[in-house]
Amino acid sequence: MSAASGDVGGDASRERILGRIRRALADVPRYERPRDHPVVRDYLRAHGERTPAESVDLLAENLADYRAVVHRTDTAGLPPLLGRLLASRGARRVVVPTGLPGGWLAGARVDLVTDSVALTPRELDGADSVVTGCALAIAETGTVVLDSGPDQGRRRISLVPDHHLCVVRIADQIVDSVPQALERLAPGRPLTWISGPSATSDIELDRVEGVHGPRTLEVILVDGDPRSM
Amino acid sequence: MSGAVSPTGGSAHATYLGMPAFPRAAAVSTRDSGLRANLRRATHTIRAKRAAAVAELDDWERLRAAGAAIKDRTLRHLDHYLVRLEENVTRAGGTVHWAADAAEANRIVTELVRATGEREVVKVKSMVTQEIGLNAALSEAGIRAYETDLAELIVQLGDDLPSHILVPAIHRNRGEIRDIFRDRMAQWGRPAPEGLTDRPADLAEAARLHLREKFLSINVAISGANFMVAETGTLVVVESEGNGRMCLTLPETLISVVGIEKTVPTWQDLEVFLQLLPRSSTAERMNPYTSMWTGTTAEDGPRAFHLVLLDNGRTDTLADRTGRQALRCIRCSACLNVCPVYERAGGHAYGSPYPGPIGAILTPQLRGLTSALEESLPFASSLCGACYEVCPVAIDIPEVLVHLRERVVEGGEVTVRGTRTVIKPAKRHAAERALMRTAGWVLDHPAALRHGQRLAARTRRFHPRRLPGPGRAWTDTRELPRMPAESFRDWWARTRGGPAGTRSREQAS
Ligand code: SF4
Repeated sequence: MSAASGDVGGDASRERILGRIRRALADVPRYERPRDHPVVRDYLRAHGERTPAESVDLLAENLADYRAVVHRTDTAGLPPLLGRLLASRGARRVVVPTGLPGGWLAGARVDLVTDSVALTPRELDGADSVVTGCALAIAETGTVVLDSGPDQGRRRISLVPDHHLCVVRIADQIVDSVPQALERLAPGRPLTWISGPSATSDIELDRVEGVHGPRTLEVILVDGDPRSM
Repeated sequence: MSGAVSPTGGSAHATYLGMPAFPRAAAVSTRDSGLRANLRRATHTIRAKRAAAVAELDDWERLRAAGAAIKDRTLRHLDHYLVRLEENVTRAGGTVHWAADAAEANRIVTELVRATGEREVVKVKSMVTQEIGLNAALSEAGIRAYETDLAELIVQLGDDLPSHILVPAIHRNRGEIRDIFRDRMAQWGRPAPEGLTDRPADLAEAARLHLREKFLSINVAISGANFMVAETGTLVVVESEGNGRMCLTLPETLISVVGIEKTVPTWQDLEVFLQLLPRSSTAERMNPYTSMWTGTTAEDGPRAFHLVLLDNGRTDTLADRTGRQALRCIRCSACLNVCPVYERAGGHAYGSPYPGPIGAILTPQLRGLTSALEESLPFASSLCGACYEVCPVAIDIPEVLVHLRERVVEGGEVTVRGTRTVIKPAKRHAAERALMRTAGWVLDHPAALRHGQRLAARTRRFHPRRLPGPGRAWTDTRELPRMPAESFRDWWARTRGGPAGTRSREQAS
């Protein structure tokens, strides 16, 4: 159903545009179905063979190449590391999604602000940092993808604060390539792909980190399963 | 907010209408040595980086072929895919509107903004809203639109026009940007910090502070989109700065204006384009931020989502069997960065939001061959083929240029606003004059031409039949150059005597 708002943008224009398209495509045989036009997918599902350990290294390397700060730890080391990283920035107000495992920030001496619909953009702007999990990470491109899951929260919480700490589980969240990532993601969810901190090349094509998104992105690669903490 | 106009008298009113034909505009730009230096530095930097980013993928040519094939499949069944897209966006809570032309799109967006009761909107870069002149339309309705890309901000504050697809302010250097911020920011909101320097990081910080005020308070956003997935109803915006994320997630109402050709059939198809686009445009493995959303999501992001599907000449372009490949374009701007003509002429000479080689084939098709500007654009090229080589969806730009040249010179059938029409040949002298002016201008820049010829020599091998009938028809009847079998430069030297490149611009124009 299209939104018929009087004569503007309504069904008349819809029919006009669809009619123009059909006339424009008079040369396409009537029996041709969309799938009949060949698309050869002989491109690679991933670039090169890697062991899982090599994929982790590549992810770390590519994240760092685009100026994300990368850390590695295990489940037990996660809370102290998060506490240290927040303390070293002097972070006091820290936003967390509703489903972030409680143990992660057990050792951090900060005020936790839990994501909720009541939280206004201005209140978010007053937070120093945000801590989230992710849906997956892509080694070849140095990307973390958030899908608004319970340990990630609404899209805005990883956007407005200037410092984003993102936790990636090494065991089951790292894929090699863009095609592998899309296979695992659910299209219906709001997705945010993040490759390094906010940046711009608008001034003489010089890359500058930090415009509107978090100017510091720290990615923590964790061995083991920190979900039940 | 009572004022209907922008405080500077407004970039909303800056317009491409009445732009001079390409050769004249180019001649003006090329005399501006500052502009030329900015452009050369910028395009050469990005060129080398792009080549490196592309070289990382062994399967680049296969990705490129798949990208072209997916777009062709979409275009050959565009009606089918648009109906599916509409169904899926609607099912996910969005509202779909159809706009046959710019005026209709502007009316739809204006009404939607009015219905919210708001008088201010934030905008994330969208060439399509430039194409339809949306800011001016909103301004007339008393609605102020704030551009939020750093470059668009520079352009808006400077009361200027964009000159590059990806880096609209490529024609401004850091000193000029500092001056624009210092002098103009206060008129639009939060002033620039005291003692602003011209360090890019400081300039970015000034933009961050200036725009954050807007993001936190404005309730309506307008965007474009890079891709729309028919089978899921998902829209995709690829960006770097985070202003896109701000616009897509903070306001209550989101209005996306998107050309109908941005459709791709399936979710899986994104695996091709999300590899092709970042490497071709910013020369990155992946751009900093990519947002994907499907309709609306409870408690996360805008509560109302409107998608305005725009035709505005796209179906006319689709009707041209040779020209329709221009609709594959994913606006990466790689073709601009390798084009010797663009590098010398600058983006403004192309008289539309679409500069460079893609503009030379897209603008005359979207608008029709309606004025001297559109008629001259197909001649704004030395047919060197570099644009085709880098194009991630393999648009044979030289083929379309030659095809459009033939249309200009010989006339023929075209589709204008959905109706088939036969256009008359441009007056013989007018066409030749356009060509001569371009020739005079290109020849005045021997380095540009030599660069072009080197590339041509390399690429011709791959496209032995680049110049079939049309080119020949043109040369046979006009005794004008056979390109590129004989280069412009050689032809000029042969027929006019004397070494090419020694004529002054004054003589040539
Ligand atoms: S024509 Fe090709 S190279 Fe040029 S902007 Fe479009 S997709 Fe990129």
